[in-house]
Amino acid sequence: MCGIAGIIYRGGDGGHRIGRDMTAMLQSMKHRGPDSTGYALYRAPTPELLLRVKLGDSGDAESFQFGEDIRRRRRELMSALTAAGASTKGVEDVNEYTISATLDYHGDLKHLADHIESVHGLEVLSLGHSLEIVKDLGDARKVSGEYRLENYFGSHGIGHVRMATESDVDIANAHPYWAYPFSDVAVVHNGQLTNYHTWRRRLEARGHRFASDCDSEIIAVYLADRMAGGESLEDAMHHSLEDLDGVFTYICVSEDALGVAKDELAAKPLVLYEGEDMVALASEEMAIRAVIDHEIETYDPYESTVMVWTR
Amino acid sequence: MDTVTTGATQEEPRFDPRGLVELDARVPRVAEIDGDRAVFDARELTTRGINLELRRLLYEEGVREVTVQNPRARHSIGVGLLTRAKINFEGSLGYFAMGMMDGPEVHIAGRVGWSACENMMSGVTVIESNAGSLTGAAMRGGDLVIKGKVGARTGIDQKGGTIIVMGSAGSMTGFMMQRGRQIICGDVGPGLGDSMYDGVIYVGGKVKSLGIDCVPGEWTDEDTELIERKFRIYGLGTPPQLQKYVCGKKLYNYDTLEPSERKLVL
Repeated sequence: MCGIAGIIYRGGDGGHRIGRDMTAMLQSMKHRGPDSTGYALYRAPTPELLLRVKLGDSGDAESFQFGEDIRRRRRELMSALTAAGASTKGVEDVNEYTISATLDYHGDLKHLADHIESVHGLEVLSLGHSLEIVKDLGDARKVSGEYRLENYFGSHGIGHVRMATESDVDIANAHPYWAYPFSDVAVVHNGQLTNYHTWRRRLEARGHRFASDCDSEIIAVYLADRMAGGESLEDAMHHSLEDLDGVFTYICVSEDALGVAKDELAAKPLVLYEGEDMVALASEEMAIRAVIDHEIETYDPYESTVMVWTR
Repeated sequence: MDTVTTGATQEEPRFDPRGLVELDARVPRVAEIDGDRAVFDARELTTRGINLELRRLLYEEGVREVTVQNPRARHSIGVGLLTRAKINFEGSLGYFAMGMMDGPEVHIAGRVGWSACENMMSGVTVIESNAGSLTGAAMRGGDLVIKGKVGARTGIDQKGGTIIVMGSAGSMTGFMMQRGRQIICGDVGPGLGDSMYDGVIYVGGKVKSLGIDCVPGEWTDEDTELIERKFRIYGLGTPPQLQKYVCGKKLYNYDTLEPSERKLVL
């Protein structure tokens, strides 16, 4: 059991308090997943490229060499960026093991991401012109505090509270997943995928990279693979209903759209509110009530549903 | 010090590493009581607080009509209320609303989440808006009226009572239903009445597909009487044209032989 949530403002100009809203939604669903919390937040698009990199995982922090490893990886990250042809405009050490950077880079994103991940221990959390993925252990209030999300302004975002069932409790296995190497695409998932290994072998054979053992990562990689073949996000989501087995409700976001897909049994919950100025959706209505105070009309979408909204 | 005589515990848990248990098991005592009626605002109350207040009013104070304001879609509200009374919720409820209830007449002005009125024994629940999946799961008696639409698996394992849905219903409606009736005025999703043992499902709209062993049934005067009576009681207007579905009873007996049995027969 995990909890997922999403919110998108129609005509969103990036001026909404998306960080605070997502935190309120995720915190109200803490009972669905106390292990880790993750956000994919979208700010107004910038001409520079936004990069978030994880230098180490929470599980490694007890190692003797953790501090030294982190410093070495940070140096190697900087040279990898230069080697890939990106010039660094700004770097922020978000915390001990997370780096946020703005880059001047106009080449192929896979080229850049592969260069960064060629450094052992580094994982690209997100890459794009408006997407930033934040994930860590603990509940929404803790993660929001650590990563200072209270005053994060944007147009849309998704989030996830995780109760680990299939893989470890660490940052690598936390949601959301970036659809490596697609700019500004991220996924959160509630459910279990039963043909994970089949799809993982298939996608690895096509050269895709996996950063974790979490079955949900398949969705992000699968969508990336489809889009690499020229499909739109929405078409890729429709195909996923046929190709993925198991029970799932997942929310997928791109720079200007937010979509949701449900399996053919409608086995995992989702409550949807479609307002005039915004769309909010979550595993439980309580999460929507956490950001909308007045009485609203909500409903559960049916089985095999794919819905997409643009900002 | 407040005491509760209704089985609710006053003992606070000493340690909860995941922070999931609400520590305030005190009865809030915030309702305004006027004769046999009471009103309280649930906005600032916890789930447990709302339920303790309901129990106090119904069991201790002998209140016969309670109005709950701002329930804000909290889960497990009104579970296990075993007395006759009127309860009005001025808003939406979350999962497991009014589960296992036996007797009350409930009106919910908003929407409900999954598993509303699960294992309901008797009484009436009227929901003004939509309901989630598993509505009326394992229900045993009473009437459950949903004026909007419902999610998947409505009345799964239903053992009695009547579920009326004015809108449409999702997949596997009436899955493994054993007794009772469902009246779905709108369309239903795939797998209607899959593996049902008995009972009746009436559908007004399109059926996407029938489940295993669910077949159209023969209409009788009792069907007309029942539907008109229920629509009259709840003021639902004129019933739409309905198609009746029942169990084909093919699954009652095996019709395929084991290889060893086949040898004997031949």
